[in-house]
Parts: sequence; structure tokens; C-alpha cells
Amino acid sequence: MTETTTATVKIARSYRDYSAPLWRRVLLTRESAVIAALLIVILVASLSVDHFASPITMTYLLLDITPILLIALPMTFVIITGEIDLSVASTVGLSSVVLGTLHQGGMPIELAAVAALVVGALGGAINGFLITVVGLPSLAVTIGTLALYRGLAVGLLGTTAVTDFTEFWKDLAKSKIGDTGVPSVMILFLVLAVLFAVLLHFTRFGRGVYAIGLSPEAALFSGVRVQRTKFILFVLTGTVSALAGIYYTLRFGSARGDNATGLELSVIAAVLLGGVSIFGGRGSLHGVIAGVLLIGTLGSALRLASVTSDVINIITGLLLVASVVSTSVLAWLGKRRARQGNTARNAPAAPQ
Amino acid sequence: MTNATASAPVSHRILQALGGVAKARETGILVALVLVVIAATAKNPNFLFSTDGFRDLLLTPSILLLVAVGQAIVIITRNVDLSVGSTLGLTAYLTGRLFIDIPGIPIVLVFLIGLLFGGFLGLINGALIAFAKVPALVITLGTLYIYRGINVWWTGSDRINASDMPKDFLALGTKTLLYIPVLTIIAVVVLIAAGWYLRNQRAGRELYAIGSDPAAAHLYGLKVTQRVLVAFVVCGALAGLAGVLYSARYGTVNSQAGSGFELEAVGAAVIGGVAIFGGSGTVWGAAIGAYLLFTINRALPILGVPDFWQRAVVGVLIIGAIVLDRLLALRQTRKLTEARDND
Repeated sequence: MTETTTATVKIARSYRDYSAPLWRRVLLTRESAVIAALLIVILVASLSVDHFASPITMTYLLLDITPILLIALPMTFVIITGEIDLSVASTVGLSSVVLGTLHQGGMPIELAAVAALVVGALGGAINGFLITVVGLPSLAVTIGTLALYRGLAVGLLGTTAVTDFTEFWKDLAKSKIGDTGVPSVMILFLVLAVLFAVLLHFTRFGRGVYAIGLSPEAALFSGVRVQRTKFILFVLTGTVSALAGIYYTLRFGSARGDNATGLELSVIAAVLLGGVSIFGGRGSLHGVIAGVLLIGTLGSALRLASVTSDVINIITGLLLVASVVSTSVLAWLGKRRARQGNTARNAPAAPQ
Repeated sequence: MTNATASAPVSHRILQALGGVAKARETGILVALVLVVIAATAKNPNFLFSTDGFRDLLLTPSILLLVAVGQAIVIITRNVDLSVGSTLGLTAYLTGRLFIDIPGIPIVLVFLIGLLFGGFLGLINGALIAFAKVPALVITLGTLYIYRGINVWWTGSDRINASDMPKDFLALGTKTLLYIPVLTIIAVVVLIAAGWYLRNQRAGRELYAIGSDPAAAHLYGLKVTQRVLVAFVVCGALAGLAGVLYSARYGTVNSQAGSGFELEAVGAAVIGGVAIFGGSGTVWGAAIGAYLLFTINRALPILGVPDFWQRAVVGVLIIGAIVLDRLLALRQTRKLTEARDND
């Protein structure tokens, strides 16, 4: 839904972008390619896979991918600045355990959820501190905190699970809006998606995020507070991951230390598939949301067509590899065409 | 060092001091490892002084050691290989299948096929990265999924049991030579070869040059594409070898063998002082890091810490190691600046 509203937002990247007419600039982008792929998958699956077009499929599909959708929002920011956060899935596990143990200790669930969010923000702040103040590479830091936060989660609860959550909250996590079959949690996601989209595409902060990704030094000299921006982004990522952890816990009605293990790779795969460059400086939120939906829909359709989950893994991997390799190939072709264009421009009748 | 006269012996002494700092990095990890072993042994002498304890101490980390050495070589070139766990798992299953489908296949041939197959998977990574000029993190994240997916697809709910493999092969997993397990000997031979090659051979030094500054290395005329490709092939081949040893050591192989190994291998390399952005560190450090990781895992329950906390300790170790590296690097920069200013 959001992708259609934000798809018309065009981002000025370079002057060459303006050399083509509007429709080409809007349609011939990485994001549109992902959205087109998503639409094709939905169309083909609806026609050829039994039960895919039924509302219950969509309900479960959305319920399942909500954690990835949520975490992908701040992760997009982090990757656009050229950093990475591998600790998100461990933060999901840790917030799940905090929620569970505090609730078991007699704390009301609302308060325990707030505590879990604070723990998530704190985890993000630790990442941010080590990366911006101490000046360590984010890849190494978050591999460390990936182990650390998961270790704390598993250490606190061991192999036990807390399952005595009130039915009200468990039902809320799985409830739907009226008869539409759309899970209520989508409202939470849409609110966050709009907030993050505005923040990234329409504020000075968001422009700063792109500037940092393109060149941290140039950004610093043009007045972007590089370190502070990065710190805020890591805190945001931690907080949203904790939120995803609370949802995950209530949805499955169980707080465990090993909840959502390995989710970080799915999130990063979806963000990169959605057109965000791992080098930073490029990407947009509607592409990322389409990327998450594409992986989720494909998986759901293949499962219904009784293709086993391993093939889905292979396809996820192939999509990821193809998406980055195609970017390089396109860039290479574009460069070649630009070079030919340059020589042609000197000729009297320059073709378009 | 603050000596104003810059005569030959002084610069020589500076070089020596710098060498000392570099050595201190690996020595620090080694000291930590020894301390862990001493603490665990003091609590329970069987940790070191029983035949089983001594054997396990050497045996358990040797598979990770192989993977960590390969990973270190790739990280030194400013790349990373996240697919090593999947490569290990796929090769481990292939090993089992070879013994089932070709009865009486010589063990040496199985080792060779494992190495070649791992190298082939590494070649796919390396070719995509070196020729398409895409970041290693993304490509190997993709092949992590692909190789694991192929593994699960091929294996299904099937698994290789110890009874499927010849006794001689399984014996390799536990056999010792002069109290030292054969697996450890294989791993250490590989380690020494890799350590020597990286330190003394031209191609080895070029890997460091590429990692320090890929653009400069290219301008200088180094064969960047070729070297990076070879680094990935070696990394894949070592993961493949580790896969063969994995099936010898554990006897059972299911579709999840080696999952999560990629982060352990990167962790071992980082703990051992290999800089994540390339250009510095040694395979020796990565090897000691691998030993420290697994030894801590075994020592914690003995020291009275429930083993649920293992991962937290590993996390603290990784962060501690990179903070230490940062401090050492800052100190060295300051020293070098001082030395320059005093000239």
C-alpha cells in the first residue's frame, strides 16, 4: 500500500537523473523493478496456486513477516549511512526474555513492555557508543553484540520459556481489522513506516543520512552531525527491534532466549534486495518494503504450492545475489552508454 | 625512541619495538587462553591432566581452526566470507554420501574431493565478487542461503550415521599420535603452511597490500582480482577440508551441520587480532582465537558458570578484542607521530 503512495516521490541523486523524462525516472529504477517483481509474483501465484488468493493466506503472510518489516525500517537508514547492524535478532530475543521474566515476576505486561523497549534502546546505544565514540567498525561491533545480547537472553532464561501471557494481549497481536483479514499490527507498521519515510525522504536529518553514506567527510564539512546521526540511528534500530521482540513474543505466546535466531540475515537480505546499496548513500523505503513483501510472498506462495522451505532459501539467496550483480551489470552498461553518448554528443545530430 | 639522532640502530630498535607490539597482540590472546586453561584445571584437574581432557582440549577447536584460518586470509584482503558454515555442512554431507554411494572409496580420495568441492564453492563466491565488483558481505550472505538450501534439499530429513562410514575414517576423528590428535596435527600443518606463506611469500604479502588499500594495490600493479579470487578459493577449500574432518569427528551429519560457523569463524579471527577492514593480523592470531572460543565454552561449566552464558562471554571477548586493537592502534599512531616530530 505504501509503495504506491511513495513511489511517486523522486529523489534527486545527480544531474544526470534529470536528463530523462519523468516517467522514465519514476519507472526505470531499482525500486520499481522490485515492485514489479512483487506484483508479478502475486499475480502468478493467485492464478496458479490454490488458496493463495484467499484472505487467510494474506493474514498469515503479514503476521509472519511483521518482525522483518518493522526492523527493516531503521535498518534501511543504518545501511544507507554505510554501516550495518547484525545484532537486531539478538535484541529481539533479549527484549522477548525481558518481557517474559518481568511479567513472570508479577509486573503488568504494559510496564514490562516499556522495560523491554528501554533495554532495546540501551542495546542500540551500546552499539552506537562503540561505533561513534570509540570509533570501531560496525560490522565487528555488532558481531560482538550479536553474541552478547543473545548470550544475555539465553543466560537469563536458560532453556525454559515463559508462556503465561494474558489472552487479551496474545489475541491483540493476532487480531484483524474488522473482516478485512488484515492484521491489526499492520496499523502499527503503517504508522511507523510513514514516520520513517517522512524522516528519511522529507527532513534535513534524512538528507544527512544520504550525505553520510555518500561521503562521511563531505557530510561533516557541510554541517551534518555525522556521529550524532549514526548514534541516533543505532538507538532507533535497537528500540524498533525490541518492539518487534514484544510483538514476536505475544504472537507466539512464548518468551524464549532463542526467539528469532538468524532473523538479522533475513532483514539484511530484504533491505539489500529492496535496492539499498551496501556501500551506503542509495536506497529508499518503498523499495525496501517491497523487498520484504517479495521475499515473504514468494515464500508463502511456494509453501502453498508445497515446495519445501529449502528451495525457498535457495531462491532467497539467488534473488539477493542476482539483485546486486544486476546492479553492477546495469551500472557497467550505463557507463558504456554514457561514454558512447559523450562521443555522439560531439557529432552534429546527437540522438536523444 | 625519543632519541633525536636517527641513526641506523635507533630505527632498527623502533622496528623491533613495533614488531614487539604486533607480537604482543597475539601473545595477549595466548596468555588469556593459558589463564582459562589454568583456572579450569585448578578447579578440576581432569580438564588438562586426564587423557580425554587433554585430547578434547586439542581436538574440539581444530575444525574451527581450519575455517578461521581461511576466514582470516579472506578478511586480510578486506573481504569477508559468510558462507563458510554452509560450505562446511555441504561438504560434510557429501563426504558421507561418497562413502555410501561408492563403497570402498579410498579415504585420501574423499579428502581430495572435499578440498576440491569446497574450493569450487569458494570459487563461485570469489568469481562473483572479483569480476562483478560486488561486496563480499552481500554475495556470501546470498551463497550462505543458497549452499544451505541445496544442503537441506539434498539431505531432506535423511542423515549420515556413523555406521555409514568406514571405521578407519571415523578413527581419524579420535586417533592420536604421541598424545596429539590426528585432526589437530592436520589443522596445525595447514596453519603453519598458511602462516609461512602469508609472511614470507610475495603473493602472501600482496594480500596484505590489497587489504590495506585496494585502489593503491591496483595502481601499483598488483593482480588484485586474481589474488582475491585465490583467497576465496583457499577459504572455501579449508572449509571443505573442515567439513570432511567434521564428519570424521562427529560421525553423524544432518542438514544443519556447521550452521552458525560463519560467525564463530569471523569472531575467532577478530579476537585473534585480524582487523575486520583488512591489511593486518595473522592466521596465528585467528587460530589462537579459535582455540580460546572453544576452550572457554568447555571451561565455563567447570568454573561454575552455567553454560547458557557462553555466548555472552564470547560477545564480551569480541568487543574487548576490538577495543584493545583500537587502543593499540591509537598508541602506535601517537608514537609514530612523536618519532616523526622529533626527527
